[in-house]
Amino acid sequence: MTFPPNSIGLVQPQQFTFAQDEPFRLESGATLSPVTLAYETYGTLNADRSNAILIVHALSGSGHAAGYHAGDDKPGWWDDCIGPGKAFDTNRFFIICSNVLGSCYGSSGPATVDPATGEPYGLRFPVITVGDMVRAQAQLVEHLGIEQLLCVAGGSMGGMQVLEWAAHHPTKLKAAIPLATTARHSPMLIALSEVGRQAIYADPYWNNGAYYAADKKPDAGLAVARMVGHITYLSEESMHQKFGRRLQTRERYGFDFQSEFAVESYLKYNGNNFTRRFDANSYLYVTKAMDYFDLSEETGSLAAAFAHSGHLKFLVVSFTSDWLYPSYHSKELVRALTAVNADISYLDIQSSWGHDAFLLEVDTMTKLIASFLERLAQEENVGLPDIRYKQK
Amino acid sequence: MTNLQSPISNATLRPDLQVVADLVLPKSRVLDLGCGDGSLLAHLVRHKRVLGRGVELSEAGVLACVRRGLSVRQGNLQEGLADYPDSSFDFVILSQTIPFLNEPGTIIQEMLRVGKQAIVTFPNWGYWRYRLHLLVNGRFPQATDYPPHWQSDRRWQAFTIADFTEFCQTFNITVRQRVYLVGGQPLKQSWGENLWAETAVFALEKQVNK
Repeated sequence: MTFPPNSIGLVQPQQFTFAQDEPFRLESGATLSPVTLAYETYGTLNADRSNAILIVHALSGSGHAAGYHAGDDKPGWWDDCIGPGKAFDTNRFFIICSNVLGSCYGSSGPATVDPATGEPYGLRFPVITVGDMVRAQAQLVEHLGIEQLLCVAGGSMGGMQVLEWAAHHPTKLKAAIPLATTARHSPMLIALSEVGRQAIYADPYWNNGAYYAADKKPDAGLAVARMVGHITYLSEESMHQKFGRRLQTRERYGFDFQSEFAVESYLKYNGNNFTRRFDANSYLYVTKAMDYFDLSEETGSLAAAFAHSGHLKFLVVSFTSDWLYPSYHSKELVRALTAVNADISYLDIQSSWGHDAFLLEVDTMTKLIASFLERLAQEENVGLPDIRYKQK
Repeated sequence: MTNLQSPISNATLRPDLQVVADLVLPKSRVLDLGCGDGSLLAHLVRHKRVLGRGVELSEAGVLACVRRGLSVRQGNLQEGLADYPDSSFDFVILSQTIPFLNEPGTIIQEMLRVGKQAIVTFPNWGYWRYRLHLLVNGRFPQATDYPPHWQSDRRWQAFTIADFTEFCQTFNITVRQRVYLVGGQPLKQSWGENLWAETAVFALEKQVNK
């Protein structure tokens, strides 16, 4: 197979298992043992291990952020921004991306077999939080021999993990890039999550999460949950541009209940597609983790949550048409970070793509991220990796 | 009063910005309000080793600043100032913007809360050419670097050095230093600045009550 010229090419998924002896304690008080994280790395670690960047993914993402798996014709989810000469330049930085705890792309989650019973956990899997996801990532980073990350970057739920790193593990990183995100899941976001979860609960094949051995899975429920999600990732303007009131195949209205509008076909296609790649129970766990996310809860204010993060450098980005994580959430974050004297750059990028913009506005994002990382590398004296060993 | 520490040297900086750069102390903490494409801030970071921060409204400006490796946040002046704790900076800079402000007194007092000194630059509409222009043509003069009348989306208020000096007295602001420019060069005369100066640079600080 030939790859595009600026692609990392073939990449290998890896796994790290920990907490075999000492169980991993979760925020809820429950424990998990063992814990597995699926991850990938791109680029080369430099001599003093100072060029490591952790990429954190959104709700339905995976550890496969860039490059190609053997036999796949589609690259990882952020391939536009990760690779040689791209925003996260793999010639210069060592990139790590791991699948979050509770997800279904190789990390421990409800579909994982519970060693105590020999059956998949299902709903016996403990409820996890964004804080738990990040503490698990911290174990992985330590396992890779990295004391301090140069940067943690991600959008949407990835952005929440970035903020969790910055607020609760401030000595473990030098910079943070939270994109299209919030420091506090709003009631509207919780409501939207709940609609998705209710669709799954209402599916008769869900069976309280015990469907792994059954012939049928709660695909209809998961598809509806995903459709709701997709609506929230777009904007009214981008829907006008993308679909308008166009009919998908018909010339005129059918006066029946077949899906006929282009936007209906889009949602149906994406909803169904999602059921082939995502686990319904994981959808419940990951959305629940997002709903619990509120950095100001413990300390009373956002500025207090970042009281020990004043030495970090931040690049905060929001998008004008994002109504899921609107710009004012990012501005609130910027205010809190300014109050603790953090070094902060912030831009609200003009875009009509809605929340999806963080994956689509590649040109502007590349300029911003590449320049920010360039400055960071200079100020922190980050040496280039010795890539001679990697050349084949 | 005029105290230029170094001759106007860097051709890439606008003359009034070069004066501002000369007033800023090395390794100080600087906030540039409305920093545009970041030319002044980049100059200060490189040549004076300052800790520089910027606030800029336009996307193009912020993008240009980040590409220069500067730390700049998007926002307006009120947003830019309100979030900073007291005395976060040694110098807060506002160049060529005062004529556009609705509440210049409030903004400058905020600048002096956030910074020890405020450095402002503005065109002097008392300059003799501007006076003559109005007298002869009966039309308002066009100040250098200012948008033509009716072509700007924001209204601005013309004032002179004498007006601004009175403004500072009204708002209990101490003028620490003044530098005057004409044709991009320091004004040679030490008198009649309200007539001879085209551009003014004022370094301001809070009035100390004794």
